[in-house]
Amino acid sequence: METFTVLSGVAAPLARENVDTDLIIPIPRLVTLANVDLGKWAFEAIRYHKDGSENSDFVLNQSRYRGAPILIAGRNFGCGSSREGAVVAIRRLGIRCVIAPSFGDIFFNNCFQNSVLPIALPQEEIDRLMEEARTCTSGAAFAVDLEAREIRTPGQRTVAFEVDPNRRQGLLKGLDPIDTTLMRDGEIAAFQDRDRKARPWIYG
Amino acid sequence: MAAQTLFDKIWDAHVVTDLGSGMALLAIDRHIMHDLGGGRGLKQIRESGRKVRNPDMVFAVPDHAVSSEPGRTSETTELSSGYMKLLREETSRHGIRLFDLGEPGQGIVHVVGPEMGISLPGSTVVCGDSHTCTHGALGAMAWGIGSSELLHVLATQTLPQTKPKRMRVTFTGRLPEGVQSKDIMLYLIGRLGAAAGAGSAVEFAGLTIQNLSMEARLSLCNLSIEMGARFGMIAPDDTTLEYLAGRAFAPKGALWDRAVAHWRTLPSDEGCVFDREESVDIGAIAPQITWGTSPQDVVGIDGAIPDPTAAAGSSRRFEMETALRYMGLEPLKPIAGTPIDRVFIGSCTNSRIEDLRQAAAIARGRRVDARVTAWVVPGSYNVMKAAEAEGLDTVFRTAGFDWREPGCAQCAAANGEVVAPGERIVSTSNRNFVGRQGPGARTHLASPAMAAASAIAGSIADPRRLA
Repeated sequence: METFTVLSGVAAPLARENVDTDLIIPIPRLVTLANVDLGKWAFEAIRYHKDGSENSDFVLNQSRYRGAPILIAGRNFGCGSSREGAVVAIRRLGIRCVIAPSFGDIFFNNCFQNSVLPIALPQEEIDRLMEEARTCTSGAAFAVDLEAREIRTPGQRTVAFEVDPNRRQGLLKGLDPIDTTLMRDGEIAAFQDRDRKARPWIYG
Repeated sequence: MAAQTLFDKIWDAHVVTDLGSGMALLAIDRHIMHDLGGGRGLKQIRESGRKVRNPDMVFAVPDHAVSSEPGRTSETTELSSGYMKLLREETSRHGIRLFDLGEPGQGIVHVVGPEMGISLPGSTVVCGDSHTCTHGALGAMAWGIGSSELLHVLATQTLPQTKPKRMRVTFTGRLPEGVQSKDIMLYLIGRLGAAAGAGSAVEFAGLTIQNLSMEARLSLCNLSIEMGARFGMIAPDDTTLEYLAGRAFAPKGALWDRAVAHWRTLPSDEGCVFDREESVDIGAIAPQITWGTSPQDVVGIDGAIPDPTAAAGSSRRFEMETALRYMGLEPLKPIAGTPIDRVFIGSCTNSRIEDLRQAAAIARGRRVDARVTAWVVPGSYNVMKAAEAEGLDTVFRTAGFDWREPGCAQCAAANGEVVAPGERIVSTSNRNFVGRQGPGARTHLASPAMAAASAIAGSIADPRRLA
């Protein structure tokens, strides 16, 4: 998996709450036997008009935010369906970090397997970051530093964030979680041996 | 030992290794796969040179991509043909139990898991679908996972997870006439919001819950994720045991007795502490219906479409205006009487036999309005057969409903059974998101009784008037 250390780039403000994963990637784009570039269809319903032309109201269609690697979003971002395609779609769109007051729990978990960093911060801090993303010089970069666990803004502010230490190590080193767990196979076998005696009805 | 919650007891019993900082490697008891992720996941495991660690703890059932057309086979659509071929090949290769089309056990994964006794109290259940929280109604710790986590479970029969906060919602009051568990959960989400349960495992408790049937509890827990909670649970009790006894994969004989003794220890201890407690009285509520594009946008059937200008804050006002524009609704008009094009009775929320009985009680001897296309999609093969044995299929057909084959069908429209742009549908499913049932589709979530009443009326209707 690709590592995540320091991400530097434009931050796009998407001031909308409860952005669900159906909105991030609609199921017909996901459920197809063909190989589809999900990035093209990320946020389809709000990104394009019915005739397929771009909707300029959508923040990532605006020239100063196009291709932004950082998204600042409203509460409960990524709620709803468990589809990991939602993370894949924004990743293909170029987004590596989403900053929001809260996330859909399954979306949040799925991010780490795709080298995308979700950062939860209090609403007041999100408001400040959104404001800065709107008013800073076009093209000015935010830096998301996973090593130092801080965001540095174009306005020279430093915002600390928390991230689970295991998840952080996984991203910094680009570890495959399955490989990491397989190193504990002996512990898993020992657990199952004990558990088979305690709860035999669980095992076939 | 300190007083513990139901959730903590199950969590602790499944910790393989404490990974520190609130994270643990958890043992997974049951992994149920559906057609969209199952075949693909197994293929990836094989191609990566890994093995499925415990194939006997994994089950597969097609539901999302299959057609619901009467007389359907895997070949009815190209999409379903592709997914079924892969699922059959890969489950057979890996020695995984598949409930194929036309077999007992086929159906929507969250109907089948409980119905077949695969999901059990005190067990950890995962599936690559967010509505896995449904199985928590049995007193299981059940949650939806992504496709990478799915591979992780296949390869290791474990998942590293961060322990969520614990929340309890206590329901009080007797269910009013015409109000079902769907209604009380929509009412709760309307009050607390779609993010209320984010980061939490929610236990539903109180006399109202204790008096619910198992199927009503499954509908209730199904909607946990719509309040943001990955886990929704109800403590196992006599209702749970009566439901599970004799189910195909539930333990039998002496093993059953041992299991029951263990399950009896699971309910939250007196004096245990939750991170958040909420209490809600449902004794006087009306049947509920959504008006917007989030399950929190809900109103009683006797209420009016809300006015965005009365919203708290400019961002909520903007959201409401955007939702009403998408839904094609005007503020302050009564929600009842809004003309509709379609009705869908089905989904992992409301497709069990009790749901179908409630809808049939309204449909019996009446006719679906000529402007409305109304579907009934039973949740599983077993539900379909039980309904047919009771003659419910005849009731629905005579009334002008389409009686279809089990699967997810129009809930997610993953099988291509979409609602057309601009069409208005009363649906017993769980999500009214923008484009969920098809691009531009306008979804109103409601109970089976209200969906049936609306089909008859040709507009959003109060089921209490037809009961």
